[in-house]
This record gives sequence, C-alpha cells and structure tokens, in this order.
Amino acid sequence: MKKKHTIDFSSTWDLAPAPESTSHFKLKEQYDLFINGQFVAPKSGKYFETINPANEKVLAKVAEANEEDVDLAVKAARKAYTNVWSKLSGKERGKYIYRIARIIQERAREFAVVETLNGGKAIRESRDIDIPLAAAHFFYYAGWADKLDYAFPNRKPKALGVAGQIIPWNFPLLMAAWKIAPALAAGNTVVIKSSETTPLTLYLLAEVIQEAGLPVGVVNIVSGAGVTGSHIVNHPDVNKIAFTGSTAVGKIIMKAIAGTPKKSTMELGGKAANIIFEDAALDQAVEGIVNGIYFNQGHVCCAGSRLYVQESVFDVVVQKLKDRMQSLRVGDPLDKNTDIGAINSKKQLDTINKYLKIGVEEGAEMYQPTCDLPEKGYWCRPTLFTKVSQSNRISQEEIFGPVLAIQTFRTVDEVIEKANNTPYGLSAGVWTDKGSKIFNMTSQMRAGVVWANTFNKFDPASPFGGYKESGFGREGGLHGLEPYLKFD
Amino acid sequence: MSRLEVLKTYKIYIGGSFPRTESGRYYPLKLNKKTIANMCLSSVKDFRNAVVAARNAQGSWSHKTAYNRSQILYRIAEVLEGRKTQFIAELELQGVSKKNAEIEVDLSIDRLIYYAGWCDKYVQMYSSVNPVSGSFFNFSVPEPVGVVAVFAPQKSGLLGLVTQIATIISGGNTCVVLASEPLALCAVTFAEVLATSDVSGGVVNILTGNQEELLSVFASHKDVNSILYCGDDAEKIRKIQDLAIENLKRVVIREDSNYFEDKHESPYLIFDFQETKTTWHPIEVIAGAGAGY
Repeated sequence: MKKKHTIDFSSTWDLAPAPESTSHFKLKEQYDLFINGQFVAPKSGKYFETINPANEKVLAKVAEANEEDVDLAVKAARKAYTNVWSKLSGKERGKYIYRIARIIQERAREFAVVETLNGGKAIRESRDIDIPLAAAHFFYYAGWADKLDYAFPNRKPKALGVAGQIIPWNFPLLMAAWKIAPALAAGNTVVIKSSETTPLTLYLLAEVIQEAGLPVGVVNIVSGAGVTGSHIVNHPDVNKIAFTGSTAVGKIIMKAIAGTPKKSTMELGGKAANIIFEDAALDQAVEGIVNGIYFNQGHVCCAGSRLYVQESVFDVVVQKLKDRMQSLRVGDPLDKNTDIGAINSKKQLDTINKYLKIGVEEGAEMYQPTCDLPEKGYWCRPTLFTKVSQSNRISQEEIFGPVLAIQTFRTVDEVIEKANNTPYGLSAGVWTDKGSKIFNMTSQMRAGVVWANTFNKFDPASPFGGYKESGFGREGGLHGLEPYLKFD
Repeated sequence: MSRLEVLKTYKIYIGGSFPRTESGRYYPLKLNKKTIANMCLSSVKDFRNAVVAARNAQGSWSHKTAYNRSQILYRIAEVLEGRKTQFIAELELQGVSKKNAEIEVDLSIDRLIYYAGWCDKYVQMYSSVNPVSGSFFNFSVPEPVGVVAVFAPQKSGLLGLVTQIATIISGGNTCVVLASEPLALCAVTFAEVLATSDVSGGVVNILTGNQEELLSVFASHKDVNSILYCGDDAEKIRKIQDLAIENLKRVVIREDSNYFEDKHESPYLIFDFQETKTTWHPIEVIAGAGAGY
C-alpha cells in the first residue's frame, strides 16, 4: 500500500504575531468631501460610518455626497478646467503629477496601514503592491503630460474636459491612481467617487493633493453609494465616465449615457482561466495558482478563478495546492506574516458564502484548509472546488472571493474552447515550459491581459483591460492615455 | 432585329453564396419613378444566417498571415479594376454622372490598395514592448475584435461601402453589411467581385434591405462583437448604443461624409476594430545578470 504523506504545517510553523504599528498617524474622526481644494461638509448633511472589516470597529465617519454635492464638485472641476488646468503647459501639469507621486512615496507607510485597516487586505500586499504601484502610476503618467503629441502622431490630441470616475473597493488608492493619473496627464480635471466601504485612502490622497499645491478644483473627491455615482454619471457637464466595477453596474451606467456625447471606459468583471499543462514547472505553477486566486482575498477582477489542469497532472497539482493552502496564514491583516486578510465587507462575505453553498449543492467537492479564524470580523478560508463542470455557476459567475473552481482537460484545443467559453475576457494564465505552446495559447486566449508562467502582475507601463463583457478601453501605458483624449 | 437585354437579378451575399432573401420579399429600387431593380428586402433570419457565416469565417481569416490578407485585399482591387465599366454603368444607372462615377470607381480601387498595404503594417504601428519594472517580457499587440455588423453609408453606394469594409477586414475581422438602401446596386456587384477575389466565403456578407427594420437585431445580436453605424440619425445612434450594451459590443459611429476626402485613409480607422492584448512572461534572472527589455 502506498503511504500517504501529509505535512502538518501548523505544528512547527507558528510565528509570533508581527503587527505593523499604527502609532505614526491618527485618523480623523470625520472626513468631509474634497471639493474645490477644500474639505467641505456635505450639503446632504449625512455621514456614514466606515469600519475595519477585520474587527468590525468604526474607523471614522465619512461624508455622503448627494446630487447637490456632486454638482458643486463638477462645477469646481469645470471651473478649474476652463480657467487653469487647460491653460497650463503639459510640462507644468506633469510637474504637479510628479509631486503627487513623490508625496505618496513619502507617506507610503501611512497609506499602507490605512488601506489595510479600511479594506482588510494583508499589509504585505498594501505595503508592497497597492501603494508603491499607485505612486508609480502617478510618476509614469506625469511624464506623458508634455509628450502627448508623440503618443498620438498626426492626431492633435486634446483633453476632453471633466472626467467623472467611479472606483471599486478592492484596490482603493491604486484604482484612484489608475483613474486620476492619466486623466490629469491628458489635461482633464476630475470628480472621483470612492467606494462605499473603503473611502479613507482617497481622503489621504486629497491631503496629498492639497500638499502638492494642485490648483483648486482639478481633483475633487466625493463618497457615497451607487446613488452618488449615478449623480456623476447623469451630470450633463461631465464629458467622460471612467468606471471600474461589476459588469452589471457597468451596463447600467452605459444605459444611462447611451445617446449622450459622454465618452466612457469600462473596466468590468472577469472569470479568468488559469491553465496548467503537464509540462509546466508545477511548483511554480502552484505558487501562481495561489497568487492568482488568493491575492487580495480573491477580490480581484482579473483573479484566476477558473483553474484548468491537464488530466495527467491533476492529482499531483491538487495535492501540492492543498499543501500550499494549508500553509497560508489567514488572520490579522496588519500582521506582516498574514497572507489572507479579511473579506472587505459583510455583504461581500454573504455573497461568497452563497457561492460556497451553491458550489456544494451543484455537486462540486469543496476543500478548505484547517485554520483558526478570528472571532470578530469577516473571514473566509481559502477554498477550492474539484469535480466542477463547465456549466456550474461557480465556474461561470464572478465570485470576487478566495474561491477556486478546478476542472481538467486533455488537449490544447479542448482547453482553449473551455477557457474562452465565457462572456468575460479580462485576463488568462498559461503555465508550460514549452515556448511554442505558450505563444499558441496566449494568442488564442480572448482576453486583454495574458500571463504566461506568472499571474497577477501589474505595471503602470502595461496596458490593462478587457475583451468582451469585461469592458473596453485600456488603463496603463501609452494606451491608457487615449480614453482621456479627443482627436482631430 | 434588336436583341432583348438580359436583366440582372440582384441577390444577397451570405457565406460565399448568393441566395435570395429567405423571406421572399423585395423592394423596388427606383430612379425618377422608374424601377431599376428589385432588391432583396433582407429579413432578421438572413442577418442571423450571415452572422453564423461571419463567425465561422472569422478564425481562419484572422489567422491567415498578414501578407496573405494583404494580397487578398490587393486581389479585390485587381478584380474591381477589371470590372470598372460595369460599376460605372451601375453608378450612372443610379443617377451619378459619368465623370463622377469614373472618379468614384477609380478611388474605390485605390482605397483597397491603400488598405491592402496596411494589413501587414498596422500591427507594428500599435504594438509595444512595455518597459515594466520587473524581470518580465511584456508586450501589447492589437487583435481583431471579431464579427462586425455594419450599417453602410447611405449616400455613397460604392466608395463608402468599400472604405468601411476595408477598414474592418484588413484588421482580420469579418463582417455583415447592410448596404445603402437607395444605392444598393454596387453593393451586390461588389459582392461578386469579392466572390472571385480569394476572399473566403463568410468574411464579408452583404445584405440589402431596410435599416429601420434591421436596426434592433444588428445591435442586439449576441454573437456580434462590434457594430459600425455610418450616419447622423441621433435616435438611431441612441438605440444602437442602448442595445449594444447587452453583450458590450464596441460601437463605432462614423459620419456619412464625403468619402473622396483623404481622412478616410488612416490606420486609426483599422484600430477602431481592434482590441489590445498584453502578454507577460518572466525573464530568467541569474545572479543579477540584468537580462531584459
């Protein structure tokens, strides 16, 4: 009889807690809207509480913008566009954006801790990914501001005017950077709405913008739920809508602006296939699978949530994956050893749990490693499903949590067919050591970003965005300027 | 004794064949109240059949080598050149002066040559190797969006049609085109040119009929990736934008303008029907050797 080896990672791998300190800054009790360069109380008179999802404690109260507030923000942005920003040279615009990048770098630790407190993501990720990438985005686009004619030769690029931007809760500061940096570089002014659950780093960014001396009204920041967003979308003096969020909401926004002259870019949902061939470096592939789906608790639009493993290596890959999952540390997001932090909100945890139930009911086999979860807060163990079929809802619908649906395949043609058989097309992953196979696969994936022998890599110079119902327009790189410009 | 002229039956073009509309309906094409021809009044089902043909052709068309696609577009121009007199006569039949008809046909041929030349060049124009901060080879390339539904320009029966089709197929897409309703003759004859020009069946499908009637099905069909509308009817544009949302079709609106102008020759028009794909791959780093791009 074959002996089965299981490694009990929890036995000798206990690490002492290593929490990041929060003593170097103090959150305000209350955050007001940032309009026309000032923090102003909302006309709505309303504030909502924003919490730490890891312990459910209230962090601060944040102003909720109503229609009147949004109107003031748009007016400030229009005035700033007409009187100041559009008259500034590209070189001067760029220098302001460079300043923003620099100040974010200076205050990086504060940003990282607040991002983790408010969003629940592991400090390892906010410190090493979210904040540095956000700063890098501003730095990258700053340099484009005076070089637009080289980006679009013979097209005489011009700014659009006022950009209305709506961002999600999964990467609050990073998404703000993705939106604001190219908009400003292209010469637009901005009204941006934070997410409902993670507004805090946007108001830190407002402080940075003040500190950078950006002309008043060039960037205006508001908060609130979908209703606040709809006031931006429907405002007649907004020239462009940039949205990152779910495909369902993206479609509602597009309905609202159909027939208007508003331009739009949509960065929507995904259900990425991550494909492991038998000739892949399997240990690296397992790391890639883990990074693909458990990064940021799976709250990632491009997460590798559908895993396709070639049949011949299925058993070994799943075993390695389960072992690796057992070693993932779930818990206090501020702890520097934590791999998987808190689920962003109660609402999202309910959604994830709903899908776990659906997966089991549909006949898939669920696996979760054993680990203790904190009593307070919102938590979900990293989860995988085997015995999944292509038609199961867990392999069709975006869950936006640490939930992996695994299927097998035999041939290249079969896996291409399966991987592309989705309305989404944001990203895909391929693991093989054979070069010709990589290029066959990457060229045939109907997705905007394809990672070969890696996953979930982002860079300001690298265009990001979807095919099909994952949206249109690109963010990042030279390509990311185009959605904020008009041409002769 | 004078010979009795043989009149031409104008049919539609789907998947490389010339069927009549399955609906059996027609509309009379008139000049000065005199019927010139009975055109097929294409139905929703004709459109759906055409989309199936376009989808089936899309993979092989986009995977042809760029050089091959370029030669095929050049071949269309060659065959069109050989049938110049027929097109001139047809344009005249639709009320265009002989002189203008000659100019239009000449320019249609030249425009095909222009876009034939782009087939193996536009990818370089829009591709980039991206200097990411890490040890990765990262590049972005344009790829065809897929199947494009086209409302051809109403006021330019040949040149406008040829221009729009060229911007779409040169980039590896396939299309289903509803020809200009009043200027439909050349569209069908152009389909005959396509059928004898090494263009695989299904790459271009041409219907004749009524825009109003087919607007909704063009804009809402789930297996269409992009829709092109040439015109300025605000209500139609709104409706197309609205219906296209269902499967996030890429909507391209172009004015039904003067197709003799140079602005219709631009690689940016090809790029309207392209997606951008970005691919990452790690680069081995040994002892900080510093390999990379």
